[in-house]
Amino acid sequence: MIRLTSESFDPGAELNRFCAGRTGTGAVASFVGVARGEAGAAAALELEAYPGFTEREIERLAGETARRFSLDDVAVVHRIGPIPTGEAIVLVLTAAAHRREAFAACDFLMDYLKSKAPLWKKEFGPAGANWVEPTAGDLAALGRWNSGAAP
Amino acid sequence: MARVLLFGRLRDQAGWRERRFAPSPSTLVGLKSLIAAEDAGLAAALDGPGVQTAVDRDLVRGDMVLTADAEVAFLPPMSGG
Repeated sequence: MIRLTSESFDPGAELNRFCAGRTGTGAVASFVGVARGEAGAAAALELEAYPGFTEREIERLAGETARRFSLDDVAVVHRIGPIPTGEAIVLVLTAAAHRREAFAACDFLMDYLKSKAPLWKKEFGPAGANWVEPTAGDLAALGRWNSGAAP
Repeated sequence: MARVLLFGRLRDQAGWRERRFAPSPSTLVGLKSLIAAEDAGLAAALDGPGVQTAVDRDLVRGDMVLTADAEVAFLPPMSGG
């Protein structure tokens, strides 16, 4: 399940829904990205999507993740628009038979979302606003997975 | 009429998010020449590092033929999460 939303969302409620009614699953891993910001700023950041295209690309990355790690299920909730400091930006949930696949898949998908999801992030700081682009660290994180087929 | 969409820093640089070009250019290179004729800085940015192009929501490389109602999007380096 892939969802983009301009409203704030409750990661705990999403996690509960994701876990409900599973039988073959032995492990669910989650990651929550939180808007880190400057005190007093109206919004920590703003995310822009390309409606239609963004969902489809995230769907593709999530599908590749599910195949690579033999997941039972995967979900991504991604916030778009202005995001106040402290609110969840992204939630990744992975369900697998065992924990190592669930953890690794969550890590893998986040690395891909950071630099391959069609989203554009503007950060608001004391020096004004700037568009974030993948850092050397982000690209190195992605490189760790390159022994397999990249999505 | 070809519809052009800009995202992220390209949108800020150009000062617009969406425009229609008429008469509709028949190729991607033709479209970029139209853009260059009125905003050389933007045209240079569209060919800059890490900028990808999608035509009708598929990523493309190099030149290609555009239909009269093509949707062309210029995508700067992405940053989700």
